[in-house]
Amino acid sequence: MSGAKVTAALATAAPTPTRIALALGRLRHPLARPLLALALLLLLDFFLVPGFFHLAVKDGHLYGSLVDIANRAAPLMLAAIGMTLVIATRGIDISVGAVVALSGTVAAVLVGGTMVIQNGVPSYVSRIPMGWALAAALGAAVLCGAWNGLLVAGLKLQPIVATLILMVGGRGLAQLLTDGQIVTVYYQPFFFLGSGYLFGLPCALFIVAIVFAATALLLHKTALGMFIQAVGLNPVAARLAGVRTAALTFFVYVFCSACAGVAGLMICSNIKSADANNAGLLLELDAILAVTLGGTLLAGGSFSLAGSVVGALIIQTLTYTIYAMGVAPEVNMVVKAVVVFLVCMSQSAQFRRLFMRGRAA
Amino acid sequence: MEHPAAPLLALAGIDKQFTGVKALIGAGLNLYAGEVHTLMGQNGAGKSTLIKVLTGVYTPDSGSIVFDGAAISPRSTQEAQAIGISTVYQEVNLCPNLSVAENLFIGSYPRRFGLVDWRAMARQARALLAQLQVDIDVTAPLGRYPLAIQQMVAIARALRISARVLILDEPTSSLDEAEVQLLFGVLRRLREQGMAILFVTHFLEQTYAISDRITVMRNGEREGEYLCKDLSRIDLVNKMVGVAAPQAESAAAHAADVAEQPVLLHARGIARKGALAPLDLTIRQGEMLGLCGLLGSGRTETARLLFGADKLDAGAIDIHGRAQAFGAPRDAIAQGIGFCSEDRKHEGAILELSVRENLILALQAKRGMLRAIPLRRQQAMAADYVAWLGIKSAGIDTPIGLLSGGNQQKVLLARWLATEPALLILDEPTRGIDVQAKKEIMTFVSGLCRKGMAVLFISSELPEVLAWSDRMLVLRDRKACGSYRRGELDETTVLQAIAGQAA
Repeated sequence: MSGAKVTAALATAAPTPTRIALALGRLRHPLARPLLALALLLLLDFFLVPGFFHLAVKDGHLYGSLVDIANRAAPLMLAAIGMTLVIATRGIDISVGAVVALSGTVAAVLVGGTMVIQNGVPSYVSRIPMGWALAAALGAAVLCGAWNGLLVAGLKLQPIVATLILMVGGRGLAQLLTDGQIVTVYYQPFFFLGSGYLFGLPCALFIVAIVFAATALLLHKTALGMFIQAVGLNPVAARLAGVRTAALTFFVYVFCSACAGVAGLMICSNIKSADANNAGLLLELDAILAVTLGGTLLAGGSFSLAGSVVGALIIQTLTYTIYAMGVAPEVNMVVKAVVVFLVCMSQSAQFRRLFMRGRAA
Repeated sequence: MEHPAAPLLALAGIDKQFTGVKALIGAGLNLYAGEVHTLMGQNGAGKSTLIKVLTGVYTPDSGSIVFDGAAISPRSTQEAQAIGISTVYQEVNLCPNLSVAENLFIGSYPRRFGLVDWRAMARQARALLAQLQVDIDVTAPLGRYPLAIQQMVAIARALRISARVLILDEPTSSLDEAEVQLLFGVLRRLREQGMAILFVTHFLEQTYAISDRITVMRNGEREGEYLCKDLSRIDLVNKMVGVAAPQAESAAAHAADVAEQPVLLHARGIARKGALAPLDLTIRQGEMLGLCGLLGSGRTETARLLFGADKLDAGAIDIHGRAQAFGAPRDAIAQGIGFCSEDRKHEGAILELSVRENLILALQAKRGMLRAIPLRRQQAMAADYVAWLGIKSAGIDTPIGLLSGGNQQKVLLARWLATEPALLILDEPTRGIDVQAKKEIMTFVSGLCRKGMAVLFISSELPEVLAWSDRMLVLRDRKACGSYRRGELDETTVLQAIAGQAA
């Protein structure tokens, strides 16, 4: 929120021609730029992919590319929501992918599922009640977050190093649990989480909406949002003003891991198995990317939760576009890099100044 | 003072305009060889801009700069240096990770057979510093030395490039009394060697201790140039502020009243290894207790221990007669203590946050995260304090970083007043802010003292401590070495107490 104010003040203070200042003024809202990028991508799809905006109702479910993109982006949106708060405190969490793998594995191992024939009808039962299994998976994620939080807030390790430990260890633990094998789940109700539908829309989207709304409410209806900004901008001053900086830092890592845990359940449920080697691989980098695309600076401080969600959608739309255009998957990475480069350039004050001078001259 | 020669450096009719703001209007300055010339004025009077014009950072819109009879127009600090104008800034702009010798010779290391001749460099560095009577290990990283030494190195560097004009922009604001004297010794020697020295400071005492000539600036213009001996302090302040400054009235009656008040805080033998030897301290309700001593005497350390910012190694703190243990600042805040740090930028203001957010931060933290202060109440509070303290800001949602130092300080003061503290610790609340804001802040705080708030006041400016405190505690070498009532000390005796001579 204050980021916008700073930009606004700077825009008025900087000696730029009025025309450019006006054009910039329209882009002043922190969400403007990510939304513009998303709109451009969608426009591109409109021309390149026939029937891109087509939505149809089949079997009471809404189908279409847009729904598909949003659905596939769900785990990333969750991870990005969690990552936003960590980055706002000047931190970073690169263990997100490992936590995704671990939480999915714990759930898959505990749910398992075996076929039993009852009265001649085959049905599947879970190893332990599913509620417990989900709780255990989330509990494992929260423990991971507590570990990260302890290292960063308690032992004052650098966030990237502290979470690197779990990035390696978490996935390793997941592989230990499964002996390096892929664990397949046979219990039907578990699949609802990742591929079920509610009121015609994917269940995953409701989960994202609930997490987003709850986080936004927590940030704005309590002083959490301001405290996180204060800690991210000036931790020393925040502590001297009486903010519990260590507790706050601990909390954001727990929160981030919890989000990753939910994302892990979603992925595991969607692919009906736990793949400790590949589930959520490099998801942390996409999450960081989504947060950056959303206009939150890695330097900490002002952040935009909605921006991060839009950032996640941008990434997924980009991937979809590339596939839909029939471009080889290996090009995906390069294109992604180009887009990221452009967005980062647009965030760099140095670059903007260079660019504007060129235009003003 | 008579002048056999024309000024070495003369600026005349300098105009400089930034978008919409006239920073300098026909400003001028004359520097003479062998003189210390002090540039005074409130914040925003145009001192910094004038210096930046002189050193090539800014190009003036109009006006002339004449150096040694020839017109010059430096385009960069390097160009100014090449001409013979060197500047030492308040924040030393050297590289703390490089050695002292490397800093002195950056850009022109002595070479031998194409390789850097480290030995010659160290030898020459020692010789340079010896001129300033500084004897240190020149191969140690600069950052390991106190700021005063770093400044000496910066001056030595200016000397090495054989400057004829030396500009010192608030060099003393972070130095303690002894270090200031060391610096002044160097300046006097340089003056004898015929150097023209321009000195910028907020400290009146120092101005009178070293200056030959004073130029006063106000609102971007040259108010006038005076010989130091012809200008009284009151006149000087009046010329800077533009209105007659009222004399601080006697507060002896209040001091006597306070002695009857109940004890608010009693610290018994508080100590921290390497920071403070066991210290006893008592503050009564409504009392302003001045803490004086040199930099490093344990003033800030005492404040931080009382506030829970650092942990006690020994001793205890009673508040209203009950022992308290402060594990973190928030514990002290819960007991009604507030603390304005001396380091406004790093430990006080959160520059990117708005005036409103900065102002309510401590109160919000005290209430707890879950009980958010409604936005309307935040706005009302911020508006009240802005009006009450005369904070000059475009609005309550302006980032505090865009405010001037004095106004930032007022916002931080408001941050603590909003928590309705029983004891407010002010560590150098008036450092680096202009005379007007200083007076406003101290008048306001002393008004609150009369209503029962206790204040622990730390300042390097002894006249300030003397003027405002009901009682004074003198610290020396991290130990308490005397407590004095109002009126028991004057400017001479307090110096003796601080320095440890018989009072």
